[in-house]
Amino acid sequence: MNKRIYSVLVENRSGVLSKVAGLFSRRSYNIDSLAVGETDDASVSCMTIVSTGDERTLEQIEKQLNKKLDVIKVKTFEEHQSVSRELMLCKVKYNKNNRRDIMEICEIMKAEIVDMSKHYLMIQICSTPEKTRLLLTMLQSISIVEVARTGTLALLKCAENE
Amino acid sequence: MIGADAMIKCLEAEGVKVVFGYPGVAICPFYNSILNSNIRTVLIRTEQNAAHAASGMARITGRPGVCAVTSGPGATNVITGIATAFADSIPLVCITGQVVSELIGSDVFQEADITGAVESFVKYSYLIKDVKDIPRVFKEAFHIANTGRKGPVLIDVPIDIQNAPLNNFAYPEEVNLRTYKPTVKGHAVQIKKVIQELQKAKRPIICAGGGVLLSEAEEELRTFVEKYRIPVVSTMMGIGVMPTKHPLYYGMVGNNGRPYANKAMNESDLLIMVGARVADRAVSQPGLITRNKVLVHIDVDPAEIGKNAGPTIPLVGDAKNIFQDFLKEEFSCDHDEWLDTLDEYRRDLEIHRNPNPDYVDPAAFITALSEKMQDDAIYVADVGQNQIWSCAYHVVKKGRFLTTGGMGTMGYSIPAAMGAKLAAPERQVIAVCGDGSFQMSMMELATMRQHNIPVKIIVLKNNYLGMVREYQHYTYQDHYSVVDLSGSPDLSMIAAAYGMRFQRLERMEHVDEAIDAFLEKDASVLMECVIDPMDLVK
Repeated sequence: MNKRIYSVLVENRSGVLSKVAGLFSRRSYNIDSLAVGETDDASVSCMTIVSTGDERTLEQIEKQLNKKLDVIKVKTFEEHQSVSRELMLCKVKYNKNNRRDIMEICEIMKAEIVDMSKHYLMIQICSTPEKTRLLLTMLQSISIVEVARTGTLALLKCAENE
Repeated sequence: MIGADAMIKCLEAEGVKVVFGYPGVAICPFYNSILNSNIRTVLIRTEQNAAHAASGMARITGRPGVCAVTSGPGATNVITGIATAFADSIPLVCITGQVVSELIGSDVFQEADITGAVESFVKYSYLIKDVKDIPRVFKEAFHIANTGRKGPVLIDVPIDIQNAPLNNFAYPEEVNLRTYKPTVKGHAVQIKKVIQELQKAKRPIICAGGGVLLSEAEEELRTFVEKYRIPVVSTMMGIGVMPTKHPLYYGMVGNNGRPYANKAMNESDLLIMVGARVADRAVSQPGLITRNKVLVHIDVDPAEIGKNAGPTIPLVGDAKNIFQDFLKEEFSCDHDEWLDTLDEYRRDLEIHRNPNPDYVDPAAFITALSEKMQDDAIYVADVGQNQIWSCAYHVVKKGRFLTTGGMGTMGYSIPAAMGAKLAAPERQVIAVCGDGSFQMSMMELATMRQHNIPVKIIVLKNNYLGMVREYQHYTYQDHYSVVDLSGSPDLSMIAAAYGMRFQRLERMEHVDEAIDAFLEKDASVLMECVIDPMDLVK
């Protein structure tokens, strides 16, 4: 099983997200993560889709995406060819015994504490998908209340444009 | 002018002659405006058949077939017809009425999210939100449906948009779609590579699919293979690319195809698949067609190439264009030995049936029928055992063979034959179905009578859902479940009820007279052929 990132420029119209996401479920392709946002051109959105599968499936995904009439352009690349980032917010319950541990983990992982109350802490990390996962694993030993992640955002490395 | 008038003007600009459909409140403005036009309307008896009829018409005219139905159940009923056209890459434009724009999403009477529901069966769909978009959307829809890999496009039009005033109507000259530019012309380097392989090949073969007919490339293909003496086999959807009796044509491939066609394909050293999907029924083991041979795959849809079998040489483009380019090349090759081998296979591997003399033999009947049919007749096969016999024994001369090979939708033949007959009133159009598929579409006998569409119908009657019975015979050792068609109506009375001439053939004696009488006039006839309920296609 290989991992592939698809950076898909689509028409910024209603229904396009469901058409693209529907394509994956209909043809039983995996979606590891999916992130959507407008680009500098308001008529165009960029969807970053991470998928895993065998080579033939990964090639089919690209071709089927290209067939969709709302898809303007599909760029595919491997993780190592790209700069990939994921933002995660994680709320944990703390007490005086583990507060210091949490802060230490955050310091090591370059995560930030962005909100706090009497019993809860909110941690933010914006890093590679790998580090984000690692932080989550570290925090699992403490009691996690809720987690929100953006999914991977990725662009080809600048050198690839030269 | 209102939106509905604009919709009609768009259809006129596209040269649409016939609209198949079924009205309801949500599409009434459209059906009111169409009265001011010369476009013919045909009231079909169930919406699914509106799409099938439009499909039959599209396959004969080469232009998108059009159907128009109402919202809710009208729209959902048409889905099977749309899915059938999608699987066979038939261009359709389906118009659905929709509830008032501002009520969409509130589950009002006869509301259905049709653009959402058909998403996996259409090439594209539109929900019109502004009356001013009508001309652009229609222009795009017809363009999308009939270019690249053809297919159905759905336009959902809320009733308030149909009724909204529109001051200026101008039908666009061109479409401007930044996301849609199908590759039609084959890449010159790839074309050269194919020619090189053809020069080297000792045992080349071309497997032609429905794409060759859709791009109207039959003549180019025939000229090319006759010039270089290359043998041809076809998929089910490709039947008719060559006359059946053409010396270079070796029949249909696949698990229901000719054994010698499959053998020819497997033993070739160069296989050129053109306009064919390499789907399971045609190629049950995709691994076999890549083994020990060069596989060239020509298709206008890049996603089909490599989907089921990895080709040595992929060639994206329209079949007509590519064969025109092939014809510009001059080269020499010699396959006489290969052709001799194939002729031997054809002789030795012909299927021999042992028909039961107490019944009509469907194989002999179909051969006799097709020999007596006019040269350019259109033969529409339904789905089931009748389809397999039709594929195997119908002899195409200069006519067309229509069927649904992709979706295999029972009940296709009668409405599709009606569409074909309206497209070519001067040609003989014959629908051949079983007693199961006939009963799925027999309501259309009323449409044929009402609109004077003289389609001729053959029902191969065995009182069973034969294809499933045959499967249960082999897989469940004759443990039959839900395949007995007892309770079917007396077809002579059905014919009488619809004012049709009726014939019944019970044995092969007098088959010639029966067929002569059946074909005699350009009028609709229902002919029942009683076949052995235990007959098998294999």
